[in-house]
Amino acid sequence: MTAEQVALLPGAGGPPRATVNKIIPFSCVDGPGNRTAVFLQGCNFDCRYCHNPETIQTCVHCGACVPYCKPGALSIMAGRVQYDIKKCVLCDECFHHCPHGSSPRTREMTPAQVMDEVRRNLPFIRGVTVSGGECTRWRDFLVGFLTLAKAEGLGTLLDSNGSHDFSADSELIAVTDGVMLDVKAWTPEDHVRVTGWDNALVRKNLRWLAEQHKLPEVRTVIVPELFDCEQTVRNVCEVLWETGNLNTRYKIICYRPMGVREVYKGLKSPEQAELQRLAGIARGYGLTDVVII
Amino acid sequence: MKRVLTPEMIEEKRQDVFNILVDPTSSHEQRVTYLARAAENFLTVLDEPEGLDELLRCDIDTRCICNLFEGDAPYRPRYICIDFEKFLREGSAFLQLGPAKDFSEALTNLMIMYHNIPSITNYPVYIGDLDVLLDPYITDLSDEEVRKALRLWMTTIDRTILDSFCHANIGPKATRLGYLLMEVEGELENAVPNLTMRVAKDTPDDFVLAGVKCSLKSAKPSFANDEMFRGELGDDYCIASCYNGLYKGGGSYTLSRLILSNIAKRAKNIEDFKTRELPYVMDIMARYMDERIRFLVEDSGWFESSFLATEGFVQREKFSAMYGLVGLAECVNLLLEKEGCTERFGHSDRANQLGVEIMDIINDFNNNHYNKYCEATGGHFLLHAQVGIESDHDCSPGTRIPIGEEPDELVDHLNVINLFHKYFPSGTGDIFPMDLTVHKNPQYVLDIIRGGLGMDIRYLSFYGSDSDVIRVTGYLVKRSEMEKLDAGQNVRQNTTGLGLGASKNCKILDRRVR
Ligand code: SF4
Ligand code: SF4
Repeated sequence: MTAEQVALLPGAGGPPRATVNKIIPFSCVDGPGNRTAVFLQGCNFDCRYCHNPETIQTCVHCGACVPYCKPGALSIMAGRVQYDIKKCVLCDECFHHCPHGSSPRTREMTPAQVMDEVRRNLPFIRGVTVSGGECTRWRDFLVGFLTLAKAEGLGTLLDSNGSHDFSADSELIAVTDGVMLDVKAWTPEDHVRVTGWDNALVRKNLRWLAEQHKLPEVRTVIVPELFDCEQTVRNVCEVLWETGNLNTRYKIICYRPMGVREVYKGLKSPEQAELQRLAGIARGYGLTDVVII
Repeated sequence: MKRVLTPEMIEEKRQDVFNILVDPTSSHEQRVTYLARAAENFLTVLDEPEGLDELLRCDIDTRCICNLFEGDAPYRPRYICIDFEKFLREGSAFLQLGPAKDFSEALTNLMIMYHNIPSITNYPVYIGDLDVLLDPYITDLSDEEVRKALRLWMTTIDRTILDSFCHANIGPKATRLGYLLMEVEGELENAVPNLTMRVAKDTPDDFVLAGVKCSLKSAKPSFANDEMFRGELGDDYCIASCYNGLYKGGGSYTLSRLILSNIAKRAKNIEDFKTRELPYVMDIMARYMDERIRFLVEDSGWFESSFLATEGFVQREKFSAMYGLVGLAECVNLLLEKEGCTERFGHSDRANQLGVEIMDIINDFNNNHYNKYCEATGGHFLLHAQVGIESDHDCSPGTRIPIGEEPDELVDHLNVINLFHKYFPSGTGDIFPMDLTVHKNPQYVLDIIRGGLGMDIRYLSFYGSDSDVIRVTGYLVKRSEMEKLDAGQNVRQNTTGLGLGASKNCKILDRRVR
């Protein structure tokens, strides 16, 4: 379901809504400092190594997961699966049994509802990060939510795969402090192999966000047998260098099979030495903040 | 009422002395300390309140008052916090030292002084605001010269002050010495001294971050809410021992603690606890502390004879006493159980509210109890959330949520502690092991500290979940040293034994990692 479709659901008039997969009150891994991280459901890419495949698809309310929920947190009402967060013990049985690559553990929420949950984390957080899935698929919700967050004095970051044309969306950019961008591969061929999608827009976003100095972080998941990792790292670094963004954090992420779908589990993790070598290349361009994870 | 020792009791004490003599896990210095305490305990000089024995000298499961190993004839204050600024400025006739003229003289003079401060542990529990004391001496020295000297000096402290209750302070102003000390302490990973960074609104983020980075390696400094302490104690406060707010140039005569979890066992229900059992025990403990203070001030002669007092490094008028407590969580849970309620402290509004009501009762009691020798603090004791001792079981430190029952979300945990820190000017604190190393995000901890300062959170400690130096309850130990002791070897520091006991009885290694 697209954001537009959700907005047409019965009783969904008024403010834009998003399907929220989860909200992590304190996160130390979604940008600088302590931030509340909001994960939205649904992604247009289909990365082979995705660690959270249950966030890719939207739930079609088939009900197949309901019997697997022992504590009774799931039920079907009026043809829709209902999720009771209070009963859930986070056993993950439901989405492991979802035949559609989705999760029933989601909530339809308005910007104001999400902000209410964020508010109890003040004053310990410096900002919010919206992640996914691919958060920009809920663009109207984002504008609403980030505007509310700004009004509370919070910083606003997005986690994005770069498939939304930020340069053409001044309304969203006005309330976004920065985008933490995934650059999954450099050549279109490689990118298609990893994600199923072309990357002209990702590359455009990399440069444009860098020029706007709205690019606090770039990430690349290293899977040597899947794409040319060195080429990707070099091209990212070149853009950062040319645009004067040497302090942008570059996360070189080690691919690990945890959480990855069975069919793709055969991919091998890179050697530590290879990660070090790539990090060394990045530092060679003058990047000051290269982190291996 | 003065106690009478029966021949059986004397025989038992002789046996205690013998056991200390032959304990293979104690070093020589530790044996001497314990022997002195054993000697003190042959005396019956205190005029104790009636009913004390039954609450204090009894089985561990019914003990309601604990004097934390203070002997039966107090002959020096429990915590002594001397005025080191005066000492460096003027020197000491007793120690035959003049004013310190340069950095190495300052370091040497301080070290000499440290070895002449008694306190309950026989080691200094407060060794000064190191940045304020030393920064003026390093103007002409390079960073590397200062680092080198600090490395040696801090190592000497760790190897000669054999007790982690020894505490240094820095902040709230950023200084060059403060930064260098954070670097060096992060490198050394020593357990001694304990260290507090006082943080105020205008303490630069960068300085706090230097502290955070150090703490993720060496479990210190902890972070104190400077404005909160200053608001209660004024500008002359320091943090000593575990996390105790006391006066510089003064200290604490004594510390006893209420074991709330055991007092709850005596009560029929919540009402009975609040109106009968708790007030009964509180009154006896307060009068016991009054008598200890009376003996120390009037009969022991310490304030007339110690050079620390006669030369003005401490003044009797700046001492107060600490009225401690432990086991609020278990107390609340037990009382609720008695009323047929299964809600738990830290997880339900009803349980937390009962905790607040109990604290209000204790606070009111203390504010209405008068001791003429505590004039520094308005004639009242200071409440203290005691960190527990290794023999405690089913009894959490102060007002802490029991280990293993911490709320899933750190924010919920912080909101609970926010209810309780305000009651304890003479110290409380919570401890969080952090798993941050891979993400290189010390700002995460900074944000939590800053958030706490804006609330009623007084004191926070962090350590890296994988580091060797860890915080037990208030003091620090090395995991590697605990392993040695567990294997039957003797180790340098007294507190290692306490840490080992705590890791077995109090599950300190099972804290929820954040
Ligand atoms: S989560 Fe999956 S299995 Fe459950 S109702 Fe939705 S689509 Fe069906
Ligand atoms: S994770 Fe899924 S299956 Fe498990 S309790 Fe929660 S809703 Fe039910």
